[in-house]
Formats: sequence, structure tokens, C-alpha cells
Amino acid sequence: MDVALFITCLTDSFFPRAGEAVVRVLRHFGCRVQFPAGQTCCGQPAYNSGFHDEARVLARRMIEIFEPYETIVSPSASCVAMVKQHFAPLLADEPAWRSRAERLAERAHEFATFLVDRLNVDIAGLLRFDEPVTFHYPCHARGIYGAEDLQRWLTRDGQVNLRLPQHVDCCCGFGGMFAVDYPEISTAMLNDKLDLLAATGARLVICNEGGCTLQMAGGARRRGLPLRFKHIAECVADSLGLMKDRP
Amino acid sequence: MSSRAFRKRVTAAIADRRVAAAVHHATWHKVGARAAGMRMLRNPERLRELAGQIKQHTLERLPEYLEQFTANVRRNGGQVHFAKDAAEARQLICELARSRGLKLAVKVKSMTTEEVGLNSALEAAGVRVFETDLGEFIVQLDRDRPSHIVTPIIHKDRRQIATAMARELGCQYTEDPAALTMIARKYLRDVFRRCDLGISGVNFGVAETGTICICTNEGNGRMSTTRPRVQVALMGIEKVIPRLSDLAVFLKLLARSSTGQPMGSYTSLISGPRRATDADGPSEFHLVLLDNGRSEILAGPFAEVLRCLRCGACLNACPVYRNIGGHAYHSVYPGPIGSLVTPLLDRRGDHHDLPRASSLCGACRVACPVNIDLPELLVRMRAAGRASQGRLKKLGFFGWLCAMRSERAYRAAQRILQAMLSDDGSGWTTGGVGPLASWTAGRDLLRPAPRSFRQLWQEELREQS
Repeated sequence: MDVALFITCLTDSFFPRAGEAVVRVLRHFGCRVQFPAGQTCCGQPAYNSGFHDEARVLARRMIEIFEPYETIVSPSASCVAMVKQHFAPLLADEPAWRSRAERLAERAHEFATFLVDRLNVDIAGLLRFDEPVTFHYPCHARGIYGAEDLQRWLTRDGQVNLRLPQHVDCCCGFGGMFAVDYPEISTAMLNDKLDLLAATGARLVICNEGGCTLQMAGGARRRGLPLRFKHIAECVADSLGLMKDRP
Repeated sequence: MSSRAFRKRVTAAIADRRVAAAVHHATWHKVGARAAGMRMLRNPERLRELAGQIKQHTLERLPEYLEQFTANVRRNGGQVHFAKDAAEARQLICELARSRGLKLAVKVKSMTTEEVGLNSALEAAGVRVFETDLGEFIVQLDRDRPSHIVTPIIHKDRRQIATAMARELGCQYTEDPAALTMIARKYLRDVFRRCDLGISGVNFGVAETGTICICTNEGNGRMSTTRPRVQVALMGIEKVIPRLSDLAVFLKLLARSSTGQPMGSYTSLISGPRRATDADGPSEFHLVLLDNGRSEILAGPFAEVLRCLRCGACLNACPVYRNIGGHAYHSVYPGPIGSLVTPLLDRRGDHHDLPRASSLCGACRVACPVNIDLPELLVRMRAAGRASQGRLKKLGFFGWLCAMRSERAYRAAQRILQAMLSDDGSGWTTGGVGPLASWTAGRDLLRPAPRSFRQLWQEELREQS
């Protein structure tokens, strides 16, 4: 299967290892991965901030770059949700663009759901950890996958020592521009979330969202909490020995 | 970027450990209780959807249903008044009290009366007003303001409540909730004996029967609407529902969403004043229908907010509310729904921070019993208020868009970001100016990776494909 990778700007700049893991895992399961070089950002920061003219410019640009591909996969549910849920309404006044947006929406997939639903991969069966793990459920994955899906992917065969955090869908307080526009609130929310994660006793947190990881890893470091964050693609790639570096 | 006043309130709220702890504890508890309550329903998601549809349907035909409702209230012997704004509502009710010589009012908890500022108007008109909901009673004793739609004293702990009651009522200091409740009960019994005016809000107005429905947990609603000789119900025009059978849908959801209870302890259905054959009840029943900006909301892009039942579920679910509490919103209506409703009801006020101060996590949408897409509406309101965004923000997005419009500019921006962030070799940034200062005030910032994914792809990954 040919797959076009939508890497997202945060993964591109901050978490290339997660991107590499996505590529290696997809290849492992027989996909030919392409990387449309022109891609930048899906426009979500502008959209969420109410700068919709700017978001429309980038939505059209995304459509032009990705519509030649049948299947698009991204490590971020949040950015996929932007493409799937917000592009078409954003372009509602331009019928031609709207239908192009709708077609793109059908072809865009979040990495883990793609693995499970399209490639029929049993993620839980592949994962190997030598320590207990916990996870962060990213709010913007609502509508893409649920916290219970994430839990199922991690625990189906009982091999993974999963420590479920309390209030499993509690927000980390990132929220894009919100994190710098309202830093006091964002940080207070972050500290709630870190407390919940730290209370699990696990040190490895599976987090599939670059924004959330940027927020939580930054908070954990500031507070001296021994938490590490990894994308599920990295967990799979490490378990299968697909990465060149050490995990 | 937040306004200085909002930022000050937020910072103070977060720093108040006692309030923060009380609100955290209460909201987490209610989130769990709501989830458990909803699990008992056969198909909670479908019910939320249905409730939203009924409300939306009613809003789309509001004039018809209001006409039917008011005709039936009159047929039942009630008197109907219209108030176009808060001032008119206050004036109407104060005049009712004056013309009938009413001196002592008992109140059922009502956000709509808070919205119009009824209590102080009545007091100024020489009517003594007693809140009879325990929480509101304590708020009134302590000269405080409610900080939650349903749980007005969510920000108070036991000690503060005990202190206020001992000071104001001259009773023995006790922190025992049962003892405190008994003290309030005894005190209010005497008030109920002497009162002549009962004031309530309305949870639902049933168009087909002209019935108003009031939901309470303490029985004070029933006392306040049967004991006084005149009853006034203040109702937002959006509270009407078509049929009595629709009430079944809402009653299944309201208490569950608020407190997790399958149903509130007291559900009062009131259809007009006392009839000749009735043992008790008021001799006059007045319904005051309040617009106060609602028609304007209904005609605009935010009409969906008028579905709201005021259950408070979105407040309980909201991580922003949990951390800043209700008072920081500077509004009768805090939380996610308040962030939408406040700017809409008070168009002249400076509330532009409210829709922006949200991570859009969507916990409110999941909790809303009438399926209001709160995050979507928050984004829509941000877009509508674009002009009020700071110049720096606009400039920032202009620059950002330039960088994102071409791959070459994007790569350049990546390199600039790399260079801008100081490097002590650890891979982390811990300080800076502007947005960087905002970020690093409470968190460290990971530096961009030495090699971006794009470079990695060019240099290593692409060969294999």
C-alpha cells in the first residue's frame, strides 16, 4: 500500500524520532511511504485562535499537496481531526474547495487507527516493555479514537503492565496558543495532569500528540518528575527492533 | 494575550490554595457521579442527542411555543408579564411587591434572578429577601457571590461555612454538615411562616399545559411556592419545551448531569395559583418572561447556547473552571457555557478573554445533556472577536502564515527557531522573552531536534523507498 506521510510541524521540528518510527513501522507492515515535501502546517493554530482567513489559506494548500495521494497517515490525531473535521466547514462557502476537503477527509488517517483498522495489526501483541507504562489520552483525539481504544491497543493480551491514570481523559493544558496566551491556567492544568500521571507510579508515558508531549515533558522537567514520553509508533518500532538508535 | 484584569483575577484564583482544593475536590467528585449516573441509562448518548434536538426544535419555533405557553398559563389563572431586559424585570417584580404590600420574600435558587440582580433591587424597594437553598442561603449570609451555577458555595470549605453561620446567626460554631443544615432549617422555618412573596426561576415551561417545572433537592422550592400568598416565577424565554412528555427526557438528564442523581429530590409542577379546591398555594401566580438579549442571541450564530439547562455539568468537567473557580469569570454564568453566554448577554462588557481562555479540550461537549458543541462555539466566538485581538497577535499570525505558505520559508523558520532558543547543551530552554517567557514561566521548553524529520528523511529515510 502506498502511504503519504503527513508529519505535522510539531513532529517535524520537535519529535523526528516519532516520525522515523512511523515510517519504519509502516514499512515493516508492507507500506511504501512517501513524504510530500511541500507540506508545512495544517493551520490548526490559526483556526483555533479564530484567524480563519489564515487557516483557509493553509487548508487549501494542504488539500493541493495531499490530494494526489490515496492514503494519508499522520502521527497526530489532532492534526488529522483538523483535516477531517474542520477543513470542509471552514471552506463551506467555496463549494469546489469544500468537496475537495471532504474527499481529503476520507483519506486521512491517524497512525494507530490506521495500523489497527486498515492493516489489521494487533498492537498489543507487538509491544514489549520492561517497565510499567501509563498513557495520556489527547483531547483532540475525540472523534478519532477514544481513551478506551488506546487502552485496548495497549492491553489486549495482558503483556503490558498498564497503570491506568485516574481521570483518564483529563486535559494536559496545552491547547496550542492557549499555552502561551494564558500560561497561568495552562500550567495549573498541566500540574493537575502531571500529578495524575505521577500517581500511577509508571515512568513511561505513552503520548501520541506532539503538543501534549511538549507541554507535559516540559512540565515534568521543570518539576523534576521522572516521567518519559513516547509516541506509540516509537513503542512499536522499539519493540520490533526497527530503530537504529537505542530506545 | 490576556487582559491585565483577567490575568490578575486568574492568578489570584490559582494562588488561593484553599479555594482551588475545594473546587478540585468537588468537581472531580461530580464528574465521577455524573458518569455513574449516566451509565445507568440504556442509551445515554442517544438521550443527549434527543434532548438537544427537542431544545433546538423549540428554539426554531420559539414564538409559537411561547404563545401557546403563555395562553395556557393564563388559562390556568396565572398572570403573564414580559420583561425585555434586566431593568424591566426588576421594576416589574418590585412593583408587584409594592402594589400588594409584600414585605418578606423567600427565594428558590435561580440563576435568572441573579442575572437581573433581583435581590438588591427588592431590598432597595423595602422587601426583605431570603435565599432558601442552603448554598444560596450561605452565600447571602456571607455577602458572597455564587461561584457555580448549581453549587453556589463550591468555593467554600466547611470552616468558612461554619464561621459565616456562627457570625451571622449567632449560633454555636460547628463544622458538622448535619448540624449546620439543621440550624439553617430551623432559621428558615420561621421565615417561611412569615413570608408573603415567593420567587423562583423556572427549569422548564411546558407549552401544551402552561405548567412550570422547578427542580430542587431540599424541598425549599415547594415551600417557597406554596406558602406565600403571591408567587413570581422569572423565566428566560428559552426555557419553554413543547410537551409534558418531553419533560421525561430532560428530567432523566438534568439531575444526572448536575449531581449524578437519577432525579432531583423534589420536582414541582406548578400550573397557576391555588384553585378553590386546593388545600394550599398562592392566591396569585405571576410569570415574568425575560428576554434580556436572548432574542438577539437566537437570531445570531450562537443560538445553540440557548439550549442550555443550567445543569452545571460543563463547569464540573472543565479543567479551566477547576483551576480558576467561578469568580474569576466575573459573571453570573461561569465555566464553558458562561464563557459563551456572558459576552452574548453583556455585549458592552469586556469579556473577550472568556472564549479564548480554553484549551478546547472538549470535556464540556461530552458532558452537555443537550449536546451543545461548546468548543466549536468558542472557536466561532474567537473568530467573531478577531478584531479585538492584540496587534502583536495579528502580526504574529501574519508572520506565521508567511512562513507556512512555502516550504522554503518554513525551513528558514525552523532554522530561526533553532537559533533563537538558547542552548546550554541540555536540549532544553528554560527562559526567554515574549511568548517564550510565557511558556517558560511554568515549564521548560524542549529545543527543536538538531535534525528535523525533513532532514532525516532527505539524509537517511528516503533511500529505502
